[in-house]
Amino acid sequence: MSASHAPHATPRATTEGTVYTVTGGDWDEVVQTAAKADDERIVVNMGPQHPSTHGVLRLILEIEGETVTEARCGIGYLHTGIEKNLEFRNWTQGTTFVTRMDYLTSFFNETAYCLGVEKLLGIEDAVPDRATLIRVLLMELNRLSSHLVCIATGGMELGATTIMIYGFRDRELILDAYELITGLRMNHAFIRPGGLAQDLPPGAVDYLRELLKKLRKNLPEYDKLATGNPIFKARMQDVGYLDLTGSMALGATGPILRSAGLPHDLRRSDPYCGYETFDFEVPTADTCDAYGRFLIRLEEMRQSLRIVEQCLDRLEPGPVMVADKKIAWPAQLALGPDGLGNSLDHIKNIMGTSMEALIHHFKLVTEGFRVPPGQAYAAVESPKGELGVHVVSDGGTRPYRVHFRDPSFTNLQAMAAMCEGGQVADVIVAVASIDPVMGGVDR
Amino acid sequence: MGLEEKLPSGFLLTTVEQASGWVRKSSVFPATFGLACCAIEMMTTGAGRYDLARFGMEVFRGSPRQADLMIVAGRVSQKMAPVLRQVYDQMPNPKWVISMGVCASSGGMFNNYAIVQGVDHIVPVDIYLPGCPPRPEMLMDAILKLHQKIQSSKLGVNAEEAAREAEEAALKALPTIEMKGLLQ
Amino acid sequence: MTGDQGSGGRPSGNNVPSAREDTAEPIRVQKGMFGANNGGDTSGYGGLVRTVMLPGASARPYGGPGGSFDEIADELEGALEEQGLVPENAIEKTVVDRDELTFHIAREHLVQVARTLRDDPALRFELCTGVSGVHYPGDKGRELHAVYHLRSLTHSRLIRVEVSAPDADPHVPSLVELYPTNDWHERETYDFFGLIFDGHPALTRIMMPDDWQGFPQRKDYPLGGIAIEYKGAQIPAPDQRRSYS
Repeated sequence: MSASHAPHATPRATTEGTVYTVTGGDWDEVVQTAAKADDERIVVNMGPQHPSTHGVLRLILEIEGETVTEARCGIGYLHTGIEKNLEFRNWTQGTTFVTRMDYLTSFFNETAYCLGVEKLLGIEDAVPDRATLIRVLLMELNRLSSHLVCIATGGMELGATTIMIYGFRDRELILDAYELITGLRMNHAFIRPGGLAQDLPPGAVDYLRELLKKLRKNLPEYDKLATGNPIFKARMQDVGYLDLTGSMALGATGPILRSAGLPHDLRRSDPYCGYETFDFEVPTADTCDAYGRFLIRLEEMRQSLRIVEQCLDRLEPGPVMVADKKIAWPAQLALGPDGLGNSLDHIKNIMGTSMEALIHHFKLVTEGFRVPPGQAYAAVESPKGELGVHVVSDGGTRPYRVHFRDPSFTNLQAMAAMCEGGQVADVIVAVASIDPVMGGVDR
Repeated sequence: MGLEEKLPSGFLLTTVEQASGWVRKSSVFPATFGLACCAIEMMTTGAGRYDLARFGMEVFRGSPRQADLMIVAGRVSQKMAPVLRQVYDQMPNPKWVISMGVCASSGGMFNNYAIVQGVDHIVPVDIYLPGCPPRPEMLMDAILKLHQKIQSSKLGVNAEEAAREAEEAALKALPTIEMKGLLQ
Repeated sequence: MTGDQGSGGRPSGNNVPSAREDTAEPIRVQKGMFGANNGGDTSGYGGLVRTVMLPGASARPYGGPGGSFDEIADELEGALEEQGLVPENAIEKTVVDRDELTFHIAREHLVQVARTLRDDPALRFELCTGVSGVHYPGDKGRELHAVYHLRSLTHSRLIRVEVSAPDADPHVPSLVELYPTNDWHERETYDFFGLIFDGHPALTRIMMPDDWQGFPQRKDYPLGGIAIEYKGAQIPAPDQRRSYS
């Protein structure tokens, strides 16, 4: 074409007319070039590297003025091949991988995976109560920390930096508790098929009670800061609208479905880990919008505090791993002078006194346990919705296929339905209210 | 950058080096390049408790054109690699790269078809930061080490000399396979 | 292991129906004891040959919580009969394993069965949790499986629907018109397994770059890891190491 085009907006003839690809440069030139074209259609590409798209999400928006006429997602920029990697590690090592899928809800990934493996092994009833209680406790703390990040980053994307500082402040408190219990701040691999990696450290219950007190004090601050804030409400209300029919058709679960008024929560409708015995409520809203989802997340955090408290009341001493020595991972971790490792007493027992312990240790560590052939599906209610795991075994020591039905992945499909017809600025709010974590979307 | 074109020579160059190094290290603007788990820890580092503002770095730039430090925080997939390179190319000189976490440094535990086995295949890396994910303290340590590096960076003929020396040292270095003992 | 049972079936302990061997699916043949196939087997069990089977079709009653599996199966078969479809043609087999109900559906009837499962008032499986592909290279003629988990919020139930397609003709009808949520899930399964969902509005790659060659999560696709040098020693990629599966 002619030299009148800006160097950064090169034209290209296609079957649908001339397409100008703009990759930066002087905006004045870009605007001039766009003004010369007789076609008004502008496609804006947001991401995959964009400060307000929750990670490496790419949004392709067709806009007319400030209105979004068509919106599509491009994903896969964080595809890690975790499902394939799992097929080359044994069943216990699997938790190390799944915890890194949706890195904000690691305990949910681990629990869902372990529930699936335990179902395949047929040892659901053999998992000790204490292990299940600690799983519930960690999951509910994780729900808090995940919702806090959602509210914090969602606020930051609106330009409300204060709420981001608040969210990360409270998340740090919870991360301290994780660190006390698992030794890590993220990516714990603490929940293992058959139970847990180790028991709660001494003093953990008191620590958690103190933590609950602090969180009880801090949570109302979000209400004060945001719930009644007119700017916050103006940005959130009636934005990202998705009604019940839309949610059901698109398979959206979690806060999105509950913001449409349906109190569907797997903890209630298909209980696992003994959730049917806990006293808590499933909050809903009837606004179908981003503001309703925000209120639901706030209320869920309060309910999670209640569940954590009930867990602490019920905790009784006992084992945290199945009694079957052919499945239980043969480690008893202790803090030595050179860091965390197997306790010296345990090594002495294996190497010096118990032949069976030596055999089990050798077999489990080199080979792993075998899982009878078949398939199973286990689902938990993660902070984002239904997190399902489809595990298939071919009778070997390694998974044959593990598939995660991640709620972020499914819910993100609703982005188009939420954003089309709205304003460009509202796309950010709608995506933030979905709370996608790309590690979970792309796996 | 106009500084390189107007460099003096001799001891004055050393003085300019020190001044520009000090200025550069005191106002590093990181680009947001959050990819995975490490991005959350990077955000934590910027938030209240760890407070990157103490080192004048709390403002993460959304646009690479306004940034001079890229913290590659997380696993880089084959699909993301060209994007990452483009963002790097859009950053103005001088620019630095911290490879945060094992996935960015070497592929980490994800040794498979989807992940680039180390971001140094795509962009030159100044600091490798291990950890999965590294703690915020570790990220701050990496940033402070980078500050030292920026402070002592050379300009003009001195930079050429330093590059030649570094290459000679690398050529003379003993390959790992020939090392003996525990290699600690 | 279920496949090793005699054809007469074992007594149904804890309400698990017995498996019939003729319908069990062989997925691989294991030789030796420890699965080490790239090194000498010194255990003396090298001559062992064992066919690994997935659980086969179950006999009535199916059981389930409160007998609900029988209820679901009755309703589905009745509803299909009403539509003039012989249930045996559509439902290849019904498997109850580990308290989960699986219908293996012939792929040409998948859409009709799914529509019935979704719309029949007694079934009402409104929520599809997506599709998971599984590649069984050892299951000749049925290499590629697409596994759907359907959830009924009305009745609080969960079932699994499984269809298979041969490697030579990897086509399965798309369920997007029934469950729009399957849009991305089917694209993902296509991307990873090469299963072509007929009738999908835009079946393109979703996770991998558009120009990627091959379908990475199939069993015949290598993991793609590279050997690593660590302190002077070469450590092969996870799929190249000696293993025990």
